[in-house]
Amino acid sequence: MKPLPLYASLVVGLAILAAAPLYGDNYVVRTAAIVAMYGALATSWNFIGGFTGYPSFSTAAFFGLGAYVGALCQRSGVPMVVAWAIASVAVAAFAALLGGILLRLRGHYFAIGSIAVVELCRLIVSSWSSLTGGGDGLNLPLVQGTPEDLMRFFLMVMLVILAASLLVTILVDRSRLGFGLRCIHQNEDAAAMVGVNTTAYKVAAYTLSAVFCAAAGATYASWTGYIDPTDSFQIVLTVKVVVMALLGGAGTILGPAIGAAAFVLLEEVFWANFIDWNRAILGLVIVVLIFFLPGGLLSLRRRLMPGGAA
Amino acid sequence: MAEPLLSLSGVTSGYGQIQVLWGMDLAVNAGEVVALVGSNGAGKSTLLRTISGQLAPSAGSIRFDGTEIGGSRPDIILKAGIAHVPEGRRLFRGLTVRDNLLLGAYLRTDKQAIADDLEWVFELFPILRERQRQDATTLSGGEQQMCAVGRGIMSRPRLLMIDELSLGLSPRMVEHLGNALVALNKAGQTILLVEQDVMTAFELSNRAYIVENGRVARTGASAELARDPTVSDAYLSI
Repeated sequence: MKPLPLYASLVVGLAILAAAPLYGDNYVVRTAAIVAMYGALATSWNFIGGFTGYPSFSTAAFFGLGAYVGALCQRSGVPMVVAWAIASVAVAAFAALLGGILLRLRGHYFAIGSIAVVELCRLIVSSWSSLTGGGDGLNLPLVQGTPEDLMRFFLMVMLVILAASLLVTILVDRSRLGFGLRCIHQNEDAAAMVGVNTTAYKVAAYTLSAVFCAAAGATYASWTGYIDPTDSFQIVLTVKVVVMALLGGAGTILGPAIGAAAFVLLEEVFWANFIDWNRAILGLVIVVLIFFLPGGLLSLRRRLMPGGAA
Repeated sequence: MAEPLLSLSGVTSGYGQIQVLWGMDLAVNAGEVVALVGSNGAGKSTLLRTISGQLAPSAGSIRFDGTEIGGSRPDIILKAGIAHVPEGRRLFRGLTVRDNLLLGAYLRTDKQAIADDLEWVFELFPILRERQRQDATTLSGGEQQMCAVGRGIMSRPRLLMIDELSLGLSPRMVEHLGNALVALNKAGQTILLVEQDVMTAFELSNRAYIVENGRVARTGASAELARDPTVSDAYLSI
């Protein structure tokens, strides 16, 4: 996409979400916040899954760890916003260390390894009762204010995280890092041969994919006021985020966020009426996507408008 | 005589539990074309991968221009001046011929010199100039090989290593690429060439190493090896 339309659609999209309190009730504001949150998660996944082509399923691990680190900080008296920052930095460091090990695997093996990370985190958090409260979960200090104020506040926070993740995406896309990551996606051996430091680049992408997830997780914990292991480390969350990114267009700048918005809206207006079939419909969406829309929603623009900007 | 540009002594390497190289000794002097020949599985490609840093040697030393490079990262070795044109070419799909070539200069920042080198690649392989806007993977096999060799040249290496130059190419294309290599060498490029086609290898090189089971079985001037009846018996079956 050319820079101008890109920035324009970005600003318009964020503005529509930010203006939710003006045109909708609390339910609409909540939906907007959820869209922003999933948008940030999908945009994060895009660094490792979209640009680099490594099918990571670690999103839920980063989200859950962010939630727990943030919650534990807040419970020991750290101010809320500082707790979010600590959670982001700590989980980013964790991802960098883990990435050095996990990214030696490729393809399916990496995918399986990254799922194992989610399960391991969940098991450790639920077993370590003395610190995490185990299966009983953790309560967080409640934020004071009316439900409307709170909703608005958390919408803004999620929007800031989404905007930050998009901004970093744009920067990466234009940098040597982004170019190197795309080379790795195309052909990792050849990338190494032209002098891309593949290990460092992959670890950088994996770390970037963690930091905003952690921020979103920590924010989510403060928002709901209570977290437990099963809710924080959901495999379904991980899968959903990947589907959102693919739905919008993996490896593009805005695609994952657009996919997240489309997915959440579909879920709210449509699947919510088919509770029993929810997961089955998710499966169907995945299959349809892979067969008919491998380039995501953004590729429709190119198909429907021949000669349109790629 | 001064120290060779590249010298290997007692290098062992392999994949996990499988050892492929069992103590390789080899030297390449500046300005030479050296060929590595040998049957499938002898360890020729493994040797190149070990030199370019994709595999770490488990023992032995690899010295390049007076420095030990064994076990360094591929980008460090490329920066030191060794470019590897891999078997099977490995071009980047979705990128034009021109971009693929420019990627060879990924680590360089000297813009003017990069432009000059691109011009030099186009002189060596005029067809690439015509096709520079085309997706690199839509080229014919021989043209892709030219693009891969060109990408290697674009890092302005002091040693260019080419794996399986002629594999799967028509005789005419092989001759064309061979002429380009001779021209490159005349311009001062040192080349280490892995080649299955023994005759082509001997023709293009000054010296050759015959590799068998991960060790050097014979070495000598290519012209002499080509005349040696034991070599022709073993490798040419005529």
